[in-house]
Amino acid sequence: MRIIQTSVITDHIKEMCIEANHFLAPDMEECLNRAEQTEKAPLGKKILGQLKENLQIAGEDMIPICQDTGMAVIFMEIGQEVHFEGGFLEDAVNEGVRRGYIEGYLRKSVVRDPLIRENTNDNTPAVIHYELTAGEQVRITVAPKGFGSENMSCVFMLKPADGIDGVKNAVLTAVREAGPNACPPMVVGVGIGGTFEKCALLAKKALTRPASERSPIPYIREMEDELLVSINKTGIGPGGLGGSSTAFAVNINTYPTHIAGLPVAVNICCHVNRHVVREI
Amino acid sequence: MDKYVKVPMDGDVIKRLQAGDYVYLTGTIYTARDAAHKRIFDTMKNGGELPLDLDGTVIYYMGPSPAREGRVIGSAGPTTASRMDKYTPDFLDAGLKGMIGKGKRSEAVKEAMIRNRAVYFAAVGGAGALLSHTVKNSKVIAYADLGTEAVYELQVENFPVVVVIDSEGNDLYETAAERYRV
Repeated sequence: MRIIQTSVITDHIKEMCIEANHFLAPDMEECLNRAEQTEKAPLGKKILGQLKENLQIAGEDMIPICQDTGMAVIFMEIGQEVHFEGGFLEDAVNEGVRRGYIEGYLRKSVVRDPLIRENTNDNTPAVIHYELTAGEQVRITVAPKGFGSENMSCVFMLKPADGIDGVKNAVLTAVREAGPNACPPMVVGVGIGGTFEKCALLAKKALTRPASERSPIPYIREMEDELLVSINKTGIGPGGLGGSSTAFAVNINTYPTHIAGLPVAVNICCHVNRHVVREI
Repeated sequence: MDKYVKVPMDGDVIKRLQAGDYVYLTGTIYTARDAAHKRIFDTMKNGGELPLDLDGTVIYYMGPSPAREGRVIGSAGPTTASRMDKYTPDFLDAGLKGMIGKGKRSEAVKEAMIRNRAVYFAAVGGAGALLSHTVKNSKVIAYADLGTEAVYELQVENFPVVVVIDSEGNDLYETAAERYRV
């Protein structure tokens, strides 16, 4: 058994919230560089150049990449040999978010009640997904999620007969509908299978995968590549102002499902696809 | 083509702006997003006094991140405009002449824009750090209790935007995607 003090978790989460909002993962920067070179639309190219400049300013001046510093989505993959001491883990995670958002000058974008809508003023609570794993490691992923793109995400409860074509059609429908609202170039996270809520979680987690990493399942990898090509033919382009750089990646995660169903979730993220991972 | 425009704008300037123009705005604009729109709208409906004069005004759909010490503002990029669509036709009928945001607008908004000769600009979504450099002054003028959703008066200098919907209702989002579709 390994003992971990929850105060250590708080410190990590705080740092990760600040890091994620000021520095994009290198894979996203590479995508941006490549898109700027290949984009043919003059306005689209100009916008990609501005996004690159924006990243540079964000890191140098410590200004968040985007003013929507998101709702803090946190994946906690916890080894079953780990024992936490020093307080309730969930409180420690939220304390990390609170400190990160206050000390890091990040925007407080969370309201306590979805209809009464009073700001909590510290960006808590986070949305926390716990997963039990083997061993004695804790793997934390902090993925602050902006809502311009979150609002354009959706779940489709397809029929088994809809098959691969139905899935592709669902993804393209979501992307076309999102268009300029989701701040393209986007990253498209797709979850196929499971249940209503499981496919949404698969899609969310797919967004945290490095853009260079493809699905290990050959036919799913093919679908990822094919969908990326189709999405980049829609003409939506950077900022929705026309061009071929509409998406950087399509990441698909799958899970077994019921004989009667084919759930598909499409979670769209803008080019500010923030995810920081630490293993402790 | 690139144009340099002073804000607030007069009718002649608005008439010359066409969907697809790249425009640098200099002057005074006001921020208002979801919560401020609801309050302004409710005040209008109840016949109360508005915290800002909408006549001729340009509203920026934006809620900044907090400014670090010694800075004017934090990250300051546009938010999705369609969430304001419910309130916008009434704002336009009250004299609003320009909106800065990102994303599609409803038919009702487009009709009200044509009716009132107004223009909708898009700023680059996700470029809040870059855009913050064009904000030279910032102060909260209403609804301070709303935090980031308060109404800020901003002095901007060469704030870069693209005309997406012009005062005749031409929509760049529709024509541009069409043009680059393969």
